[in-house]
Amino acid sequence: MSNTPAADAVWLMYRRDLVLAFRHWDQVAQPVVFFAMVTTLFPLSLSPELGELRQLAGGVLWVAALLAALLGLEFLFRADHADGSLEQMLLSGQPLALLAIAKGAAHWTVCGLPLVLVSPLLAIGLGVPTDALCAVVLSLALGTGILSALGAIGAALTLGLRRGSMLLSLLVLPLAMPALIFGARAIDMAIHGDVTRGPLLLLGAMLVLALTLAPLAVAAALRISAE
Amino acid sequence: MWRGDRHVLRGISIDAAAGQMTHVAGPNGSGKTTLLRVLAGLLTPEQGSVIWQGRPIAADREAYSATLSYLGHSDGLKPEFTARENLAFEVGLRRKLEAAAIDEALERVGLTQSCDQPARSLSAGQRRRLAIARVQLTRAPLWILDEPFTNLDSAGVQRLSDVIAEHLDAGGAALIAAHQPPSVPRHAAHRLNLA
Repeated sequence: MSNTPAADAVWLMYRRDLVLAFRHWDQVAQPVVFFAMVTTLFPLSLSPELGELRQLAGGVLWVAALLAALLGLEFLFRADHADGSLEQMLLSGQPLALLAIAKGAAHWTVCGLPLVLVSPLLAIGLGVPTDALCAVVLSLALGTGILSALGAIGAALTLGLRRGSMLLSLLVLPLAMPALIFGARAIDMAIHGDVTRGPLLLLGAMLVLALTLAPLAVAAALRISAE
Repeated sequence: MWRGDRHVLRGISIDAAAGQMTHVAGPNGSGKTTLLRVLAGLLTPEQGSVIWQGRPIAADREAYSATLSYLGHSDGLKPEFTARENLAFEVGLRRKLEAAAIDEALERVGLTQSCDQPARSLSAGQRRRLAIARVQLTRAPLWILDEPFTNLDSAGVQRLSDVIAEHLDAGGAALIAAHQPPSVPRHAAHRLNLA
């Protein structure tokens, strides 16, 4: 009976989540505002001296982006779980892993992409030279993608718990550490005028790995959480 | 089957045949919902199996899911979406759907007036009707309905009974958990009592 091709179902799911997100503007804006706030706290608390800030810029941008991206993760499946549409999704006859990709992609579009887009502005505020902005954008684009994929696993696993958000952070942050190391390093190297190919390629490899394995893990976790 | 530390279902056998309605009855907490969730493939039984058309459902979950339509305690509707959008997205995952088909389904459950209202502003009964419209639109041969008559007014109960009768006439099967035996025109229900 299921005559919607899987590709159409994925597209429909992606669109559905985007439409839903844009009916909650406040939720969509939260991570970006948080990201901007946290990065501005550093010049206020450390020193407004651009030379000093530049030394920390990579780490500051990455830690702030990581925490901002975590904020939105909790909502990834929670509403669907609460109103029963997750059950309908499980029983839709479409491969659950593909629907999970669609949901993850939609989540990245509303939570990760805005962080990437505002990052050059915040980076300039931290004294990052314009030559290095490309590395900032690239490393955060790959990094938020990795975090969306890892975070989706955590969100699916903690779905059945009443207060899952703390556990979600504890689960996801350690997994995100390798990405943080190479991402912040890439920005640092770009600031010092080095070639950033190495860490960026590693980040790319991590993203591919996460995108390959996460959908299957998410699908399995969702089935368990739905019980 | 265990729920928490309680054994709720043991030694149960149930059959669904084309054109046949099975009424799952039993007091609160007797495991009606658990049984239906096992049959829908949402829960895995400790022992035993669910066989659909000669194959265990665990062999091909997606193919089995595509042949059934499940209505649980929660309606599975997005409160932010209008009635129309809810149907378009939920049913659209399963099959291609024209706008006319959605309008017709909404008319059948008596929701034409409120088709562009967000589901959050619908009453509980209206949401139930919308969920029934979804079940009907999926055109799945097997319907698993958990307390489908909850919150419905008498006109709604009548409409749902008609919809179920039509489904059975077309050769579909229905498993219904309800406290009252559903009175569906032209069809007698097989009764399974969980006590």
